[in-house]
Amino acid sequence: MNQPKIDTSPKVSDEVRKTTCYMCACRCGINVHMKDGKVAYIEGNRDHPVNKGVLCAKGSAGIMQVNAPSRLRKPLRRVGPRGSGEFREIEWDEAISTAVGWLNELHETAPQKLAFFTGRDQSQSFTSFWAQNFGTPNYAAHGGFCSVNMAAGGIYTMGGAFWEFGQPDWDHTKLFMLFGVAEDHDSNPIKMGLGKIKARGARVIGVNPIRSGYNAVADDWVGITPGTDGLFILSLIHVLMKAGKIDLDYLSRYTNAPVLVNASDGPEKGLFLRDADGKPLVIDRVTGEPTAFDKPGVRPDLSATYEKGGVTHRPVFHLMADKYLNDEHAPDAVAERCGIPAKRIRAIAAEIARVAFDEAIELDQEWTDFRGETHSKMIGRPVSFHAMRGISAHANGFHTCRALHVLQILLGTVEVPGGFRFKPPYPKPVEAHPTPHGDRRPGRPLEGPHLGFPRGPADLLLDEIGNAQRIDKAFTWENPMSAHGLMHMVISNAAAGDPYKIDTLFMYMANMSWNSSMNTKGVMEMLTAKTEDGKYVIPNIIYSDAYSSEMVAYADLILPDTTYLERHDCISLLDRPICEADAAADAIRWPVIEPDRDVRGFQSVLVELANRMSLPGFTNEDGSPKWKDYADYIVNHQRKPGIGPLAGFRGENGDKEGRGEVNPDQLNRYIENGGFYVAHIPDGADYYKPWNTAYQDWAVGMGIYDSPQPYLFQLYSEPMRKFQLAAEGHGDRQPPENLRQRIKDTMDPLPIWYETDQQGNEGFTINALTQRPMAMYHSWGTQNAWLRQLHGRNPLYVPTKLMRKHDLQDGDWAKVSSPHGEITVPVMEMAALNDNTVWTWNAIGKRKGAWALQNDAPEATKGFLLNHLIHELLPPKGDGMRWANSDPVTGQAAWFDLKVKLEKAAPPSDAESQPEFNALESPVGTGPKDLAWKVGK
Amino acid sequence: MTQLPQSTERKMGLVIDLDTCVGCHACVISCKGWNTENYGAPLSDQDAYGANPSGTFLNRVHSYEVQPAPTDAHPAPAAQLIHFPKSCLHCEDAPCVTVCPTGASYKRVEDGIVLVNESDCIGCGLCAWACPYGARELDAAEGVMKKCTLCVDRIYNENLPEVDRVPSCVRTCPAGARHFGDLGDPDSDVSKLVAQREGMDLMPEMGTKPVNKYLPPRPKDQIEDQIDILAPLLAPIAEEPKGFLSWLDKTLEKL
Repeated sequence: MNQPKIDTSPKVSDEVRKTTCYMCACRCGINVHMKDGKVAYIEGNRDHPVNKGVLCAKGSAGIMQVNAPSRLRKPLRRVGPRGSGEFREIEWDEAISTAVGWLNELHETAPQKLAFFTGRDQSQSFTSFWAQNFGTPNYAAHGGFCSVNMAAGGIYTMGGAFWEFGQPDWDHTKLFMLFGVAEDHDSNPIKMGLGKIKARGARVIGVNPIRSGYNAVADDWVGITPGTDGLFILSLIHVLMKAGKIDLDYLSRYTNAPVLVNASDGPEKGLFLRDADGKPLVIDRVTGEPTAFDKPGVRPDLSATYEKGGVTHRPVFHLMADKYLNDEHAPDAVAERCGIPAKRIRAIAAEIARVAFDEAIELDQEWTDFRGETHSKMIGRPVSFHAMRGISAHANGFHTCRALHVLQILLGTVEVPGGFRFKPPYPKPVEAHPTPHGDRRPGRPLEGPHLGFPRGPADLLLDEIGNAQRIDKAFTWENPMSAHGLMHMVISNAAAGDPYKIDTLFMYMANMSWNSSMNTKGVMEMLTAKTEDGKYVIPNIIYSDAYSSEMVAYADLILPDTTYLERHDCISLLDRPICEADAAADAIRWPVIEPDRDVRGFQSVLVELANRMSLPGFTNEDGSPKWKDYADYIVNHQRKPGIGPLAGFRGENGDKEGRGEVNPDQLNRYIENGGFYVAHIPDGADYYKPWNTAYQDWAVGMGIYDSPQPYLFQLYSEPMRKFQLAAEGHGDRQPPENLRQRIKDTMDPLPIWYETDQQGNEGFTINALTQRPMAMYHSWGTQNAWLRQLHGRNPLYVPTKLMRKHDLQDGDWAKVSSPHGEITVPVMEMAALNDNTVWTWNAIGKRKGAWALQNDAPEATKGFLLNHLIHELLPPKGDGMRWANSDPVTGQAAWFDLKVKLEKAAPPSDAESQPEFNALESPVGTGPKDLAWKVGK
Repeated sequence: MTQLPQSTERKMGLVIDLDTCVGCHACVISCKGWNTENYGAPLSDQDAYGANPSGTFLNRVHSYEVQPAPTDAHPAPAAQLIHFPKSCLHCEDAPCVTVCPTGASYKRVEDGIVLVNESDCIGCGLCAWACPYGARELDAAEGVMKKCTLCVDRIYNENLPEVDRVPSCVRTCPAGARHFGDLGDPDSDVSKLVAQREGMDLMPEMGTKPVNKYLPPRPKDQIEDQIDILAPLLAPIAEEPKGFLSWLDKTLEKL
C-alpha cells in the first residue's frame, strides 16, 4: 500500500493557560491552548475538582464566545429613545463621570434610590459589598427568579441544599432520584455522576414532566404533573413512615424530631421548649427528664411526651406522625393529581426502602459526634436525591423543597455514605447565616449584608409604618423568607412607584428586557414609560454586559464588560465556591488574553466608581482608595482578619490555607497551580459533617466558622412557626389583615402541599414549561456560532395526545394563550412528555438586532419566548392590591405555575412567531457571513 | 478506485454507550474545536450568524423518540428518548474508500483509521454518497471531504501527555459514554465492554463491518414489575397514628 505519511505528533500549542470557564455556572477548570498569542483550543483541566478533565459543549465552544461579533467594544451613551438601540460611543472617562454624576448624590442623600441588581453574577460577595458600602438596601442577584426555594428550603431545613451546597455521594450511592432538573443544570458534575453510577449498574429515577437529557437516560421515568412534586414526596413519606422504613436512630440523634414543642396556648405555642440557656429540650431516654439536646450522653427520645402544668408537650415526631400518616397522603389519594399511578408510587417507595435499609453500607471509619460519643463505623443509606428549578419555581416550591429534604432525613441519608453530602462552606445552620439588612443610611454603609435568613417577624425589612424598605419588597409579609430578593419585581415595582420611586437602575448581566423577565413586553413598556412631563419614570438606567443583548437597548449608559478569558475573577468561599464534598476549593479567572476592544472588567469598574465616590469600605482613613482594581481587591481585601476572597496560598510565604495574612503573590500562585486551590477534608471528617467534631474543628481552622457549629436538622421550622404565631395575633409586629390567613396557611412549620393560586386560570388547563438545553445556558453569553447550529430553533413541544386533540402536525402553528397574553408559534410532537404539558427551549428566541445576528436568523423569526404568557403579578383580585406571582414564603418567581390554552392557528402572514417586535439598532453590527477559525499555521 | 488493505494490524475505534449518553453534544463541539485547529483544513461555518447556519461537523448527535410496543405486562409503555452520537465508524469494508477516484480516501494499515488525504481530494462527493451512515461532510469553504480522523493527530502525539492520547470526543465526554481502543484485540477494555454489554454494529446488513460499536440502552421503566417482590417491605406497622407511636416505643427500646 502506498499510504501517505502524516505527522501524528504535531505541536499542540505554544502554551497552555489554565483558568476557569464561565460558559455556565459550573465553573469548570479549562486548559486554554494558545498559539501566537491567540486562543487555539479549549479543553477541560484534568486536575480540576469540578470537571476532572471533561468539558461540555459550551465550554469547548468558548472560543466562539471570545471571538463573538456581538462583543461590545466601547462604552455607549444612549442617543435615541430607550429601546431603540441608538447609541454613541464614548470614552471611559465620560462613562465613569456620567455614572458618578448620577450615583454620588444618591449615595450621600437617598441611597435607596439606587437599585443595583446583578444577574448571573459570580462575584456576589463583591457586588454586595459594593452595594452595602453605597448604602442602598436595594441589592440582590438573580436567585429570586432562579431557585431561592431550593436554597432557602435546604438551609432552613438542614443547613444547605443542592448544587453548590452539596452533591450525591456518587461513589457509593445505589439509587439516585432526581426531581425537576433541567438539562442545563449543574452540567458536568451531574453527567459525570450519572456516568459513574450507570457504570456500576445503579438505578436512576427521573421525576420530570419532560423525558429529555438526564431523564432520558433514567432507568425509570416519572412524568409528573408540574407543581405536584410535593404531593408525590409527601406520599412517599406517608408510605415509608407507615411501613416503619425510617431511620429512628438517625432521627433521634441528628434532627429536631425529638425536640419538645410547647403546647400551652399563648405566644410560645408551637415553639420549642428550651432550657435557661435557650437550648431546645428533648426527653432523655436514660433519665426520662427534659434535657438540653446537646448534653453529653443524652439519648433523645422520639416518643416520650412531657407533662407540665396540666399540658402535654409532644415532640416534633408526634406532630409528623399526625400529619403524614393521614390518609390524605396515601398513594391512592394523590395518584390522579400527580399523574402517577398509585402502584408506581408504592413501587418507588419500596425500592427506596429496600436500598436504604437492605443495602445499607458501612465504612470502617471511627468518628466522634458533638455529644462526645465515638462511633466505630459510618453507616450509609445509599439512596440519594437531587432537585432543582422544576420543584422550586412554583408558588408551593418552598414547601416542596422542604418536603424532599424531610424525606432524605427520614431515611437517614443526609451526610452519610451513599447519600447526599454537603460541600464546604456548608453545612451551615440558619443561625450561622446573617439576617437581612435594609436600613437607609445616607453616606454610610448598611449595618450588615442585604440578604439573609429571617428568624421571625423581627427580621422583616419594614419601616415604622410597615412599608417595605426594599424596592422588591423582599422580607415583607408578602414573602417573609425571601433570602435572595425578588429581582423579577424590581422593574415592575420601580415603574409603579410601589413602595417608592427610584432614580437609577443599575444592572449587570441580567437580560431583563427579554428572557430574564416574566411579562417581557410589559417590562419593555415599564423601562420606556414616561411621566406627564416627558421624563422616564425610571430616570437613569446603567447596564453592564459583555455582549449586545436585548437589555443593552434599554439602558442610558453601557459599561462594556470583558469576556471571561480577559478578566480577573474569584470563585470564592465567601460566595459560590467550587467545593467538593471532601474538599474546600476555590478558583480564579485571569486574563489569558488581553481585550482587543475598549472594555473593562465590570468589577474593576465598580472599584473605580467606589473610589470616585470615596465609598466607605473602599477608602482608607487618609481618604486614599484601598484598591486600584478587582485583582487588587481579590488579593488584599480581608472580610475578617486573615480571611479574604481566596482561601489558598495565604500568608507571607503562601503556605497557609483558610486563615492567613495577605499574600501579594497569591494570584501568581493560583495561576501556577492551574487556577484553583483545593484543601482536602481529613479522613474521618468527611461524613456526618454537621455533628462530626473532626469536621467542625477543620472548618474552624479553615475560617469557615469562627467556632464549632453543630446543630440539628430542622424537620420542624421554628422560624416559620414564629411568622404563623404573628398571624394568629401574637407579638407587636402584625401582618396586614389581607395577608393574615395566607400566612397562617403557608407558614406551616412542617412541609405541606397546597394547590397554587388558580384564580383567573379558568379554561387554561395545560401546563407550560421551559428549560435550557445542555449545550446552552440562559443568555449570559452570546448566540454562539457553533452552538446555534445545535439549538437555533425552539418549537413548542406538544404531547401526542394534545397534537391529536387539536389536529396538529409538526410544523403547524398554534396559538398559545394564558390569562395574561398570547403567542403564535410553530409546534412539534413529542411523545416522551407528560400528557398535559407543553414546553420549549428558553431563550433561543432572540429579538431582531440583538446578539449581532442577522435579522432573518431563525432565533429572531421563528424563535419565541414563553415569558410573554407569564405575568409577574397574579390576575387582579378586585382588592386593588398587586399580588406577586411568587411563592408566598420566599418570593420565588412562580414561572412554572403557568397554565395555557392551545388552539391550532393559521401560519402568521410573514411566517414569523408572534408577537413580533421591531428590530433594535445593533451597536455592533452583525456577524460575518462565513467562519473558518484556525489561528495556527 | 482505491483499494482497502487486506487486514489492519489493529482496529482502533470507538465504543459508544447509548445507555449513558445524555445527548449533551460535548463530543460534537470538542471535535469541532480540535479539528478546526488541527488535521487538515479548518471545519468552516457558512452563514454563521444568519438564516441558515451550516457548518462542517465530524461528529453529530441525533435524538430519536422510541415508542416501545405494548405487552401484557406493559399495556401502555412510556415513550423513550435515545441520544445517538454518530461519526465515521472506520469500517473494515469501507465503501467510501473503494469508491474514491483519486486514492485520497484510504484506510490505514497500522490502525484501520479511515482518512482523507486532502491534497488528493477533488471534492467529488462520491465517498459521502457511498457511506451508508452519512458520516462524511464536504467542507464548503475548502471544497474537500472532511471526516472523523479518530484524532490521528492526538492518539500518537508525543507532545501530549500519555493520558490525553485519545480522541478529543472521548477525553471530553462528561458522562463517560465514549470509549476508545483496539477492537481487534479481544482482551482490550473496549472489546470486553462490548462483550459484556452486548455491543452492536450499526446497520450490519450494509456489510461494511463497522469497527465502532454501540452499547444498547438497558431496559427502562421496569420498577412496577418488582412490586410483588417489594410489597412486604411496605407492610404497615400500624394503621393508626396511635399504633405508630406504640411501634415507635417498642422499636426505640431495641436501639
